Amino acid sequence: MNPLQAIGRVFLKFLGTTGRLISFMALGLSHIVRPPYYPRIILRQMIDIGYYSLPVVGLTAVFAGMVLALQSYTGFSRFSAEGAIANVVVLSITRELGPVLAGLMVAGRIGASLAAEIGTMRVTEQIDALTTLSTNPMKYLVTPRLIAGITMFPLLVLVADVIGVFGGYLVAVYKLGFNPANYLQNTWDFLTAEDVNSGLVKAAVFGFIVSLMGCYHGYNSKGGAQGVGTATTNAVVSASILILCSDYILTEIFFAK
Amino acid sequence: MADTPKIQLRDVAKSFGRKVVLNGIDLDVGVGESVVIIGGSGTGKSVMLKSILGLMTPERGSIKVDGEEVIGMSTSERERVNHKFGMLFQGAALFDSLPVWENVSFGLLAEKRCDRKQAHEIAVQKLAQVGMNADVADLMPAELSGGMQKRVGLARAIAADPEIIFFDEPTTGLDPIMADVINDLIVKVTREVGATALSITHDMASARKIANRVAMLFEGKIIWQGPVEDIDHSGNAHVDQFIHGKADGPIQMAVRA
Ligand SMILES: Nc1ncnc2c1ncn2[C@@H]1O[C@H](COP(=O)(O)OP(=O)(O)O)[C@@H](O)[C@H]1O
Ligand SMILES: [Mg+2]
Repeated sequence: MNPLQAIGRVFLKFLGTTGRLISFMALGLSHIVRPPYYPRIILRQMIDIGYYSLPVVGLTAVFAGMVLALQSYTGFSRFSAEGAIANVVVLSITRELGPVLAGLMVAGRIGASLAAEIGTMRVTEQIDALTTLSTNPMKYLVTPRLIAGITMFPLLVLVADVIGVFGGYLVAVYKLGFNPANYLQNTWDFLTAEDVNSGLVKAAVFGFIVSLMGCYHGYNSKGGAQGVGTATTNAVVSASILILCSDYILTEIFFAK
Repeated sequence: MADTPKIQLRDVAKSFGRKVVLNGIDLDVGVGESVVIIGGSGTGKSVMLKSILGLMTPERGSIKVDGEEVIGMSTSERERVNHKFGMLFQGAALFDSLPVWENVSFGLLAEKRCDRKQAHEIAVQKLAQVGMNADVADLMPAELSGGMQKRVGLARAIAADPEIIFFDEPTTGLDPIMADVINDLIVKVTREVGATALSITHDMASARKIANRVAMLFEGKIIWQGPVEDIDHSGNAHVDQFIHGKADGPIQMAVRA
C-alpha cells in the first residue's frame, strides 16, 4: 500500500470516530432536557462519583500541597523570597493542580468503572434488554452519568483546593517554621475568585470528559470480557489525554491576555 | 391464514462487514402461533430476532408487525411498537445492579403503569407464575443459579403482558430437567398471556415441546418450514441431519479462524 493511502485511511478513521463520539455526546446531552428523568440514578451516580472519590482526591491534594510548599521553599530560599510560598501554593493548587490532579485520579477511578459497568451491560445484552423494556438506554445509562460527572467534579475540586492549601500549610508551619497566622494571611491575600472559578470550570469540563469517555467506550464495547477490558483502558487513556489537552486550551482562554 | 400475520418478514438481509449473516429471510408468524427457528450456532438466529426488535437494522427487506412496517420507523414510533414485545435473552440479561423484583417489574415501572410498592407485589405474582417463591424477589441476580436466572428472565418477559414473546435459546446451558421445566413454563405462560411466540433453539426436545411450527435457518435463508408433526419426515436433508445431530450430511461445520 502506498504511504498516502495509509495516511488517508488513518485520517478517515479518525474522522469517523470523532463523528461518532460527537453524535453520542449530542444524544446524551439532549436527554438532559427530555423526560422521563431518572433522579434515583442521578443521585446514585453523584454519590458514586462525588462521595466515594473523596479519599483519593483528598490524599492526592494533601500531598500535592505539601510537595509544593517544600519545593518552592528550596527554590525561593535562594532568593530569600520564602514569603512567596503561600502564594505559589494557593495559585498552583486552585488554578492547576487541584483540577488536573483530581481529574486524572478520578479519570482512573470513575472512567474505568463506568466503562467496565456499561461495557459488561453491553456484552451481556443488558443494554438490549433495556430497549425491550420501554427504556431508552442512552437516557437511562449515559445521561445520568454525564450529569453526575459535570456536577460532582467541581465539588471534588473545591475540596481538593482546601485540602491542598492545608497540605502546604502543614509543611510550611511544622517543617519550615513559618508563623501560622502570617501564612494563612498570605494565602488569603493572594487568593482570588478568578483563580478558584477557573479551576471549577476546568473541573466541570474534566468531569464531562471523564464520564463521556467512560460511557462512550463502555457503550460501544464488543466481544466479551476482552472487549470490556479494552474499553476500560481506552476510556482511562483517552480521558487522561483529553483532560491535559483541554486544560491547556482552557488556561489559554482564561489567562492569556 | 387469512388475517394479517402478527409478524411478517420479507427478503430480510443483514451482513457485518463482508460477512453475510441473513440473506433474504421470508417468514410469517400468525396470531397466537408458536414458531420455533432451529439452526446451528452462529447462523444468525439472534440477529434475526434483534432485527425484528429494532436492535439492529437490516440493510434490505421488510419487517411488518401487525401489518405495520417497522424498518425505518422513528424512535418514538418504535418504542410504541416495542410495547408489544417481551423477550427472554440468551443469557437472561438480568440487570445485575437491581434486585430480582425490580428486574421483573422494570418494564411496568418504566411505563409508569404502577408505583414501586405495587411493582413489588406484581413481581411476586409473576415469579409465582414461573414457579418461584416470594423470598427470591429480594435477592440480587448474582445470587441465583443459571436456571433460576432464566426463570426470572421469563417472568420479566411476561410481566407487561406482551402480545409477542421472543425466546432466545431458552434452554441452552441448562440441565435436561431444568430445560424441561423451562419448556413447560414457556408453553404455560404463552398460553396464559395468550401471546404469539417466536423462539430460537438448537435443542430439538425443546422445539418439539413448544412449537406449532418449525422453520430451519441455514446460510442466511429459511430452507424449510412446516408443522412440528412433519419434522421427522420433512424430506429435507439439512433438517434430517440437524434433528439427528449427525456430523455428515449437507451441513458442513465451518471451522473459522
Ligand atoms: N454486533 C455484531 N457485530 C458483528 N458481527 C455480529 C454481530 N452480531 C452477530 N454477529 C455475527 O453474526 C453471526 C450470527 O450471530 P447470531 O445471530 O448471534 O448467531 P446464533 O444463530 O447462534 O444466534 C455470528 O457469526 C456473529 O459473529
Ligand atoms: Mg444466538
